Amino acid sequence: MSGNLSALRSTGMDWSRIDPAEIWTATQDTLSMLGLSLVFTIALGLVIGVLLYLTSSRQLLYLPVVYSFLSLVVNILRSVPFIILMIAVMPLTKEIAGTTIGVAGTIPPLVIGAAPFFGRLVETALREIDRGIIEAAQAMGASKWDIVRRVLLRESRPGLLAAVTVTAITLVSYTAMAGVVGGGGLGDLAIRYGYQRYQTEVMIVAVVVLILLVQLLQMLGDWLVRKISRK
Amino acid sequence: MQHVTKIYKGRGGTVDAVKDVSLKVEPGEIYGIIGHSGAGKSSLIRCMNLLERPSSGKVLFGGRELTSLKERELQAERRRIGMIFQHFNLLTSATVRENIAFPLVLAGQSKRRQAARVDELLELVGLQAHGDKYPAQLSGGQKQRVGIARALAAEPAVLLCDEATSALDPQTTSSILSLLLSINEKLGLTIILITHEMQVIRSICDRVAVMDAGRVVEEGPVLDVFLRPAHGVTKQFADELSELEGGAPLPRRAGSKLVRLHFVGEETYEPVLFEAVKGSAVQCAILQGTVSRMKHTPYGQLLVELSGSPSDIDGAIASLRSSGIDAEVLP
Ligand SMILES: Nc1ncnc2c1ncn2[C@@H]1O[C@H](COP(=O)(O)OP(=O)(O)O)[C@@H](O)[C@H]1O
Ligand SMILES: [Mg+2]
Repeated sequence: MSGNLSALRSTGMDWSRIDPAEIWTATQDTLSMLGLSLVFTIALGLVIGVLLYLTSSRQLLYLPVVYSFLSLVVNILRSVPFIILMIAVMPLTKEIAGTTIGVAGTIPPLVIGAAPFFGRLVETALREIDRGIIEAAQAMGASKWDIVRRVLLRESRPGLLAAVTVTAITLVSYTAMAGVVGGGGLGDLAIRYGYQRYQTEVMIVAVVVLILLVQLLQMLGDWLVRKISRK
Repeated sequence: MQHVTKIYKGRGGTVDAVKDVSLKVEPGEIYGIIGHSGAGKSSLIRCMNLLERPSSGKVLFGGRELTSLKERELQAERRRIGMIFQHFNLLTSATVRENIAFPLVLAGQSKRRQAARVDELLELVGLQAHGDKYPAQLSGGQKQRVGIARALAAEPAVLLCDEATSALDPQTTSSILSLLLSINEKLGLTIILITHEMQVIRSICDRVAVMDAGRVVEEGPVLDVFLRPAHGVTKQFADELSELEGGAPLPRRAGSKLVRLHFVGEETYEPVLFEAVKGSAVQCAILQGTVSRMKHTPYGQLLVELSGSPSDIDGAIASLRSSGIDAEVLP
């Protein structure tokens, strides 16, 4: 009877093998990868999105050649699987971050992977703005820059926030993959223990923390969108 | 505007929306442009502040040729041309106060001056209680009042109105029209408006242009144009006013004549018809009639049937004409 029980225990979970300090460090790494890459992704993606919007047909800066080129680059970067992109940009990563490992080493690939995605979402959010509002601003003597700053980015805030939420969640899963190539964080922890050392319980805890993080981001994003929507 | 033409080029071919239109609007007047939907009214008014660049022709504003200005100079001139829209086009993410302040922000005014000016404007349009609301919390009429306040914020010389009342119910329409009229009278602001509603032209415009298929087919003081319409489209709009057309054919007695009488000005209230038939053997039956106003001028139309001997009838008509009535004998 007791032998059966111990056998069960040996094939089952042993929660005492989990080191809370290690989980905490991994969580911190994930959060700093997420935070830093999100900031750069938003900055770069906004520029890409606004440019895509402005240069598209019947918009303020109608430039078909620029639009087609930018659009092509965005599509290419979005079609390459992130794990391949990460390896492909390693030389560039070394150039920018000085290293290809650790948190710093993951930021360039994360941003290059996520900014085109976010840029498309920004373009879509801007398209939702009623043309009449832009025309009213033009009629009042607004310059193109005034319109970008005071009309486009302002009117699309709920859409932009929703886009940031989706992008942040995408980045969470990207950080897990980045962990494999030496980035650290929860994804790295899950793979190292769960996959390589058969310590399933560590993997489960890491995945649960990731799920909680995604859930939290989604709730925060939805709440903010609701708070600033005026329509 | 001199010889303005606007051609839209698209995949489905080209559309000649405005064809060789020349107009001159005097300072301080309310100038209406009326036409059916698709006549090119919006294209024309949008050419005035170059939201649409004319394909050819010139737009002159206060002596400057807008069509020849560089982008920066054009932006500066546009601050002196306010515009309001059918669908209001307010910033949905900004409060009423922030919307009204928008042109002032563009002009780089200080926060304090902005606040003072916004207070004035809220009072002018009667929205003092709604300054901190968002457009989505307002009714259509209130939104248009915000639109008007915003258009006036930078103290423009001209206000362009693109179907400003077409999305509003009749009662709200008249309150917005009286607001526009009072602004015109109080501030001496020139107003150019386009509409497909005769009531708008009738209640506030001084002069009117009638548009059809991209051309201005008739132009002049409102009374002249609609009391003696020359073009088919003008006649249609004029009939909307008189409401005398249509319906069942009118009963006619043998030997009688159907006469349409137009009264304009104070004579509308005089007993001219009675005077004309008083001493004669002519009998007079009033079949239809309206008495109304065009802006500040009273006018009336009567459809009367005069019966009696032909010479007596002619005598009565002559007597009406001699007292200044426009009498039109209908076939
Ligand atoms: N941006 C545009 N591109 C192509 N055609 C247009 C455009 N705007 C208006 N049109 C066409 O020009 C004509 C006049 O339109 P519009 O000026 O809006 O008339 P209205 O305001 O009198 O209804 C219509 O046939 C319309 O389809
Ligand atoms: Mg129109």
